[in-house]
Parts: sequence; C-alpha cells; structure tokens
Amino acid sequence: MSDASRRSNLPPLALHVPEPKFRPGDAVDFADVTVPPVDAARRPDTSERADAFHDLAFGLVRVLDMDGTAGGQWNPRLSPDAMRRMLRNMALTRAFDERMFRAQRQGKTSFYMKSLGEEAVSIGAAAALADDDMCFPSYRQQGILLSRGCNLVDMMNQIYSNRGDKLMGRQLPIMYSEKDFGFFSISGNLTTQYPQAVGWAMASAAKGDTRIAATWCGEGSTAEGDFHSACTFASVYRAPVIFNVVNNQWAISSFSGFAGAEATTFAARAVGYGIAGLRIDGNDALAVYAATKWAAERARTNQGPTLIEHFTYRAEGHSTSDDPTQYRSAGEPNAWPLGDPIVRLRDHLIGLGEWDEARHAAMDKELSDQVKAAQKEAEKNGILGHGMHQPFDTMFEGVFEEMPPHLREQQAQMRAERASAGVTVGGNL
Amino acid sequence: MNMIQAINSAMDVMMARDPDVIVMGEDVGYFGGVFRATAGLQAKYGKTRVFDTPITECGIIGVAVGMGAYGLRPVPEIQFADYIYPALDQLVSEAARLRYRSAGEFTAPITVRSPFGGGIFGGQTHSQSPEGIFTHVSGLKTVIPSTPYDAKGLLIAAIEDNDPTIFFEPKRIYNGPFDGHYDRPSKNWSAHPGGEVPEDYYRIDLGTANVVRAGNDVTILAYGTMVHVAMNTIETLGIDAEIVDLRSLVPLDIETIEASVKKTGRCVIVHEATRTGGFGAELSAQVQERCFHHLEAPIERVTGFDTPYPHSLEWAYFPGPVRIGDALKKVMKD
Repeated sequence: MSDASRRSNLPPLALHVPEPKFRPGDAVDFADVTVPPVDAARRPDTSERADAFHDLAFGLVRVLDMDGTAGGQWNPRLSPDAMRRMLRNMALTRAFDERMFRAQRQGKTSFYMKSLGEEAVSIGAAAALADDDMCFPSYRQQGILLSRGCNLVDMMNQIYSNRGDKLMGRQLPIMYSEKDFGFFSISGNLTTQYPQAVGWAMASAAKGDTRIAATWCGEGSTAEGDFHSACTFASVYRAPVIFNVVNNQWAISSFSGFAGAEATTFAARAVGYGIAGLRIDGNDALAVYAATKWAAERARTNQGPTLIEHFTYRAEGHSTSDDPTQYRSAGEPNAWPLGDPIVRLRDHLIGLGEWDEARHAAMDKELSDQVKAAQKEAEKNGILGHGMHQPFDTMFEGVFEEMPPHLREQQAQMRAERASAGVTVGGNL
Repeated sequence: MNMIQAINSAMDVMMARDPDVIVMGEDVGYFGGVFRATAGLQAKYGKTRVFDTPITECGIIGVAVGMGAYGLRPVPEIQFADYIYPALDQLVSEAARLRYRSAGEFTAPITVRSPFGGGIFGGQTHSQSPEGIFTHVSGLKTVIPSTPYDAKGLLIAAIEDNDPTIFFEPKRIYNGPFDGHYDRPSKNWSAHPGGEVPEDYYRIDLGTANVVRAGNDVTILAYGTMVHVAMNTIETLGIDAEIVDLRSLVPLDIETIEASVKKTGRCVIVHEATRTGGFGAELSAQVQERCFHHLEAPIERVTGFDTPYPHSLEWAYFPGPVRIGDALKKVMKD
C-alpha cells in the first residue's frame, strides 16, 4: 500500500521513456529535421570567446546545399584537387568497408564495422588536420588512416589477426593502432579515449609543441563519465583538443534519445563547459573540413578546445553482429534528409565542371581493384581461424616491458603443455 | 625523514632528473596535498609540471594515460585510495593494457600514488585497502612501502618504470611506525632505522621483498603498516618469526617467500584488506603450491573482515596484535 491514497489530490507521476519516431514497418518522414540554408550559420573569428556564438551549438553549419552548390561563410573554397582527394578517400573508405564486410560474411574474420553514410566525418577532419596531429579515434574513423596513407594490407592484416598483424592478433578487428599515422590504439570501452586525448593535448601544450589532438565518440557514449571528465579538463586547462561527437542517430539499437537528444543537441554539451561548440552537417565533407580547420586554428592559437557535433546517419548496422532491420524502419537510410556524403561532394564537383559520372565510375572501379588486390595480398598472411598465426609464446610478451617471474613461469607451463600434447607450432591444444 | 617527506623527496629527485616527470592531482599544487606529500614541488618546478586537477578520478587517470602516451611520466595522486574506483576503467582497461594491445606502440608509464589503509578513524570512505583489485589485473604493478627509506627507493623505481604502477601509501604510518596498539602514544620515524633517508637518488627494484627480521619458527608475510604490527606482536609473544615485507605485490618476489617458508615450515599471512579474494588468498595458494611438503601447520590468514570499514568499531576491525597473536599460536601448536 503506497502513501498515494493520503495525497489523492495529486496527479500520479509518470516515467518518460524515449521512443524513436519510426520502427520496422513504419513509413519514414524526417520533416522535423531542420536543415537550414548554407548561409544561416555565421563563422566567428577563431579568437572569439566561446560564449559569443552559443547559437552555433544549436544550428547546423553547412557548406554544400542539397543541389551540390557551395556557399555561406563557412565555405572553405578548396581547390578542385583537394576536393577530389577527399572524394577519393571517401570512396576508398567505402570500397574498403564493402570488401571487409564481405570478408567477415565469408568467415574470414570475426567482426567488422562499416562507416557507410558517415565517411565525411573522418575524411573531412583528416583533410583539415596536420598529418602529425594526434587522433584518438573511436571505431568508425578508419578514414583517417586511409587519408593519411596507411597501407591497406597492414589494415587488413589487423582485421584478419594474421601473421602480418603487427598487433599480434591481440585486438578485435578494426581496433587499429598506428602510431606512425598519429592514430591512437582503439579501445572497446567507450569514450575512454576522450580524457586521453585531453592528456595528450595538455602534454603537447606543456612541452611547447605545436601539435594538437582530436578525438571522436558516438552520440550515445557522450553519456559516459569519461566524456564529461574530458570536457572539464579541456575547459579548465584550455587544452588544444578537438572533441568530435558523431551523432549518427543510433547506438546499436538505442536511438539518440537515450543519450539525451530529445532535450538538446550534443554540441550544446559544450556550452555548459564554456567550450566552443559547433553543430554541423556531418554528411557535408566541406562543412566537416571547414569546422575542423576552424577548431584546429583555435587550438593552435591557445584558444582552447572545440566540440563539434557531426549530425549524420549510420546507414549500415552497428557492426557485423547487428541487424538494424529488427529495430528501425528500413526506409530510414534513404529518407535521411542530408543525403549521402559521397554523392553530395561528387555532385558539387560535377557542378563545377571538375568531375563527371564516367570519371567517378572509373575511380570506383580502380579503388575496388586496389582493395581487392590488397585483400589478396593480406590473405597470403592468413585469415582468422585458420590455425594460429602468432608464435604462442607471444601471448606472454608485452604485458609488461620486462616479463616478470610469474609470467615466465606461466609461459613455461604453456610450453610444457604443448610439448606433452605434441603440438609444436600452430594448432590449438 | 617521515614517510611523507621521503615520498616528497622521491618526487623532487625525479623531477629534477627528468623534465618529463609531472605531478598532478586534487590539491597537490599550491597547497602541496592534503597530506603535504607534494609540498613545495609547484614552487620549485612550476605550474605546468605540478598542478591541481578537477575532482574527477577517471579524468585524472585518463589524462595521465594520454600524457604518458605523449611521452611524459605523470605521477597522478588519488587523494584517498577509497576514491580510486571512478578511475578503475582507465586503470584496468586502458593503462594496464595499452602496451599489450598496441604491441608496444603506446605505453602508460604512470605512477598512481594513493594513501590507503585504516587506523586513522577515517570511516568507510577513508580507510580501505583495495590492493587486491589491482593485483588481479594483468598489466598493473602494485607497490606498498613500509618505511620512509623503502617509500623513497620504491617510488623512484616506480616513476622510472615504463609500466603503470599503483603506489599505495599506508597512511597510518606516514608519521611514524605503528605497533598495533592504538591507545599507546605514537612514535615517530626518527628513532626507526627506516626513517634514515638519503637526500639523493637511490632505488629499490620492484619485485624485491625484504626479510625485515630473520627467524626460524614461522614466516610472516606482510606489507605496509602490518609489517610493524607483526613485528611488535612477535616481540611481545617471544616467537622467533621471520618477517618478510613484500614491498611489491606485483611483481611478487616469490623466491624469497618460498625460501623463507621452506626454512620455517609455517606461514602466517597478514593484511588489512578484507579477507575474501584478498591478496592473502593468492599468497596462501602460492605458498601451498610451492611449500606444501615443508609445511608443518595449515597456513593462517590474518585480515580485515568482509565488512565495510566501520568508523566507531575501527579497532575491532583492524587486524591487531591479538588477532595476529592468535594465528601465530595456532600455527605454532602443530
């Protein structure tokens, strides 16, 4: 018996549980997504105080209109060559994803994650950052590695956990670590990279370096404590860091409402910390480029951190272990009002007379062949599950810089187990 | 020197030697720490090398990991070990595994200092001994000194170490050794040999236990405050015990432990942390595995109880001389 009976004049409380607008079978109408014109967002000077442009955390910075024309104050006026490079890198990311997704379906590896529909987020940023700026990525920023020229075969070796994998088969596929390409080791625990990026940026500032850090997380994991710790630290010490929140609408099957999207934008998180906040069209590679360039300039001139919300859409499942048809309308990816980032930049270049359909098709074919050739090469080093690709002894190496006695003892035990079972090189016990 | 001064001296020595060593944490800067362990360091080395942080332990450790990945050697302070739990994910999933998961591309050469343990009427949020949580994690080192001399030498070794290290400081003995009798006047370190601390650089390698008293009847395995309590207990009882101060739990100096137990044939393990799944269980298992045929009595564990640390009943909870004495008498009977 509750106390309610004694307070019968009060209405009962009700718990609000967010619900996405469309579920499987529903028709999709994204009419409520506001897509402002490209000239709606002003571009503040990078030395302006963050509290002078709070409006930008609630609007949508855009450069490319849906008809392919570029405009507005944020137009970076890139050369056709620079734009063609970005287009090519986005197409390469898509081709790579396509091939590796299929490899997983063929049983060649355990897991894969595509960035279909959100390629502009990583490609635009990589184009705007210096190559030696340090990236603390989440798991859908493989475009940074591709932009920076990382060898496709090396990336595939990691995905296959084969004998060419320099991470020695220790990490889940796509959890790359590429120090030479300014790409931090990816963690499966969400948003742990946020305070780490701040720490790296603070160290760079403390040492009088010129390099800055950038980090990425999904909108869902802005709910993690690490996100907020990182924002506090970055604000307090004016760390030269760029926080990217990739709002692709879905965190596995939980829509963005479960991270607080019904109440405000994710860029608005910046306001409470006194950090510069921009909400941008994440399917517009030029807007991503322009916003990143602007944020990088702020960081490099000791104006502190910037939080960029990339408003985009995850057109594919969360991973190969996910089936989005079970929780969202099949119509969503095509109805997404901000379109496809590759199509948008392609149409822009075509409109400028700097590109055409035939060249685009030829590029796609070339990239597909390139990825295919790399895959062949990588598979020479083995695929996951076909025997052990790393010497079993390596399991014990690198837990510490020097192997302590208890690990040496366990390593010896494993050697003995294998010897007594007659298993020498590959093969499992 | 007392232990706080020794710890301060270790950081001072290392900051002078290596410009990449930085100190960070709540209140560690201008004020010099609530226990004064970082006193004077900011004035000497500047605000970019010694600074206060926001109150977010996961932020402190996460930022330290990033600084370590850049190439610095951060020495973050967690003001009380009881507050380390918000940082657990950064320690367990990130710092501990970074070297392994990146195959050596990135490392986290951080030394997390944190006062731990009870006996100061700190209640359940200023008294815990969480070392067992960290010794369970692959990739972390866990170090606990018992004297000012050891504290300085071990802390210097930890700061020089390229792996993440948890350095727990037994705050009950910051100012002087403690014999387990809370109602006696406190002693200070000046009369104790471990209080003689050189001003300059020296190191004690991690993973080297110290036989602080040689004996023949029974081996007592202890660390931190409990080394002193055990020492006092055997002197009161007149038992010829060998006391091994572990100093570092990971890596563990099992050779010294094994040699001692094989010599004495008996083993009592003493720690302040709760019993179930505590580090004593690990020690007990290892001693049993290695010394079973040499044992003349079952191994005894003397620990805190499996309750939260009670404020007013602190001295009933604390594994003091009576509890240790009972265990010693029990193993000596066989």
